[in-house]
Amino acid sequence: MEKTAHDTLAAKYGMWFFLFTEILFFGGMFLLYSVFRSKFPVEFHAAAKEEDLFFGSLNTAILLTSSLTMAMSISAVRKGNNRLSALLQAVTIVFGISFLAIKYFEWGEKIARGLYPNSPVLVKMDQGTNLFFGLYYVMTGLHGLHVFVGIVVISFMIYFTGTGTVTSQNFSRLENTGLYWHFVDIVWIYLFPLFYLVT
Amino acid sequence: MEEKNAAVQQMSFYDEKGKYGGILSWLLSTDHKRIGIQYLVATLTFFSIGVILGLLIRLNLLSPGAFMGAENYNRIFSVHGILMIFLFIIPGVPVAFGNFFLPIMIGASDVAFPRLNRLTWWIYLAGSFIVALAIFLPGGAPDTGWTFYAPYSIEVKANVGLAVLGVFVLGFSSILTGLNFVTTIHRLRAPGMTWFKMPIFVWTLYATGWVQMLATPILAITLVFIVLGRVFGVGFFDPSKGGDPILYEHLFWTYSHPAVYIMVLPAMGIISEVIPVFTRKKIFGYKAVAFSALGIAIVGYFVWGHHMFTSGMSDTSRAIFSFITFLVAVPSGIKIFNWVATMYKGSVVLNSPFLFAVSFIFLFSIGGLTGLIIGSLAPNLHLHGTYFIVGHFHYVMFGGAGMAILAALHYWFPKMFGKMYPERPAKLGWLILFIGFNLLYFPMFVLGYNGMPRRYFDYPPRYHTGHVISTVGSWILAVGLIIIFGNLIRALFKGEKAPSNPWGGRSLEWQIPSPPPTENFEETPVIESGEDG
Amino acid sequence: MKRETEGEVHIVEYRTYAYVWVALLILLGLTIAVAEMEMSKYSVIANLLISSVKAILVLTFFMHLKYEGAFLRRLLITVLCVLTFVIMLTFSDVWYR
Repeated sequence: MEKTAHDTLAAKYGMWFFLFTEILFFGGMFLLYSVFRSKFPVEFHAAAKEEDLFFGSLNTAILLTSSLTMAMSISAVRKGNNRLSALLQAVTIVFGISFLAIKYFEWGEKIARGLYPNSPVLVKMDQGTNLFFGLYYVMTGLHGLHVFVGIVVISFMIYFTGTGTVTSQNFSRLENTGLYWHFVDIVWIYLFPLFYLVT
Repeated sequence: MEEKNAAVQQMSFYDEKGKYGGILSWLLSTDHKRIGIQYLVATLTFFSIGVILGLLIRLNLLSPGAFMGAENYNRIFSVHGILMIFLFIIPGVPVAFGNFFLPIMIGASDVAFPRLNRLTWWIYLAGSFIVALAIFLPGGAPDTGWTFYAPYSIEVKANVGLAVLGVFVLGFSSILTGLNFVTTIHRLRAPGMTWFKMPIFVWTLYATGWVQMLATPILAITLVFIVLGRVFGVGFFDPSKGGDPILYEHLFWTYSHPAVYIMVLPAMGIISEVIPVFTRKKIFGYKAVAFSALGIAIVGYFVWGHHMFTSGMSDTSRAIFSFITFLVAVPSGIKIFNWVATMYKGSVVLNSPFLFAVSFIFLFSIGGLTGLIIGSLAPNLHLHGTYFIVGHFHYVMFGGAGMAILAALHYWFPKMFGKMYPERPAKLGWLILFIGFNLLYFPMFVLGYNGMPRRYFDYPPRYHTGHVISTVGSWILAVGLIIIFGNLIRALFKGEKAPSNPWGGRSLEWQIPSPPPTENFEETPVIESGEDG
Repeated sequence: MKRETEGEVHIVEYRTYAYVWVALLILLGLTIAVAEMEMSKYSVIANLLISSVKAILVLTFFMHLKYEGAFLRRLLITVLCVLTFVIMLTFSDVWYR
């Protein structure tokens, strides 16, 4: 049965539908955040000052740039330039790893100061601050997990691009990978002000 | 479309020789029909275990404390709920009958993503296994109820984290099934199979697919929060840490209410298939029935607060949720009216699929009407947490979706297995089941109205009579089930060979052999007429 | 619903992506500047609005929504509306207790 004409669009729908489920998954967390922030506005404001604005901004810029390189990698393959595409994907991964490295550093620094769920330090502090950091670790943690998965998948895409499985006529899997990566970027676009810029 | 001559032995999908033999040819198959059959066997197995647990619950309520202690009672009703809801009725119709028939009904050779389909089956097995671990490992099965309310679920020593992980995994099976079906319906319809020529069953699978995709992730994150609370002490639902237990209920029910539409919408789709065939009429008001499926899915997404009227949430929200709850009755009512209108002046063939379908209409209506009572704010304050609720949801889930599954089994049995079953035992089983069902569940409305709480191990003497009737009803119901399933299982081996179209159905599955060949259709069908004309 | 067309004809130029990226970085700067300002209760809305502009840019260009059919755009809006209503309904409880 004739299926090839459908495959690309079906795959694209499939990835978009999956992203919709992710919107709801993160949405549940944003719901909790918004409820607790409305309950503890002052404490959230004070707790956000514990975040390092420089690293948060840097990470945002990193992810935004990684989206650029990811998007460009698809145009590259569509123009028949597999080598450029693979290079751009590799740069995307470098950015992704940098993001995670900075996050690792941020987390480590906070944990060293005793700011982690149920720590002796945090337990003595007010409820709002406790909730802020609970949300911080859960949301940036799950986001980071998604970044990690994205890095793994893009690695596979580099392989496919290099070996010619992905071509200018057959690039759907790369495009859908890009969709996933941009989604992860958008989640961070919202996370950044919520945890670093609470005024 | 020409039917193959019955004298020519056609190879069915059972005969297909793949790369592997034996059980591997099933476990590793991407054929939607094989996946559907496996899911059917698994879900019915968990249903049977759930029934046994239900019988044990009723046994205790006959004589509290005589057969089990309170601790075990709590674990038993919790596992009963978890198995019935997450391992049977939510996967339920979509994974068994949806998998088997969706591609055929739209003229396709498989779903959009066959390998993803197989993955959902493996995920289902993995999730079920994890739930089984939670039940049998030291620590013991959860006693929280299937609802896992915080803070108890965060603090209790039972295997809650493991159980919740199992449900989390099962959720992915549901999400990906919905994703697969929605994409399939968008992209794989045969030429001429326009949206308004699709069988209603397909419409309900479409609406359900969206609910699966958009509601289940919220349960997923909620379960993550439970695990985080248990393992890391994250206190989102702990008042002493500034958290709010009512928030847990919001998050939980934001999924679990739409979940009941995952359970019942495809079931309604089955009724919409069976009634027209056995009354020899087209469904009345095709477009209304199709759109009502979407309407139920959409409106049903925003009513979850009616599970929380006594939780301590605001008056404003309670009024809003009660109002929206009444709205969702409208598309449901449209379906009921249209089924009855279909039967009007129809030429009734009183076979077992039709009997089960008609019982659906009757029993689901009772459940739905009692739903209006408890959807009203004031009565709910009295009835919440009582047996009235237990009666209500068993009428809609068992009397509704459960009966629809039995209708589907008897309707599609010839097609799926290539055998006919004897009618008389099916009808006898139905009758006994119907009597047992009402004896079991109707007294619950009376018990609940008179104040009998749910999930209680023991009770004051004035509720004794109601409980006795109910327990006797459970035994009769069990006999009915045994006859029904015994009859079908026997027919698997001893039944007469089934023709392609024993009932005179008009949808595409009846135009191909029983059982179907692997690729479903020899050539892609081209549709000229359909459900609406 | 008529058959969806592939819409694959249009290849987005590197330059277009670069312009979008510059806009995103400018908006990032704006986000931080706004946060430094004393806006108290409007800060949440301002932040969300700027983030949404960034998100729309990513969706429209990087994720190709500008070049896809209306179906996907409408679906996305529907999904976002669903999430919004869920949050609103929850707040009808939380705010009015």
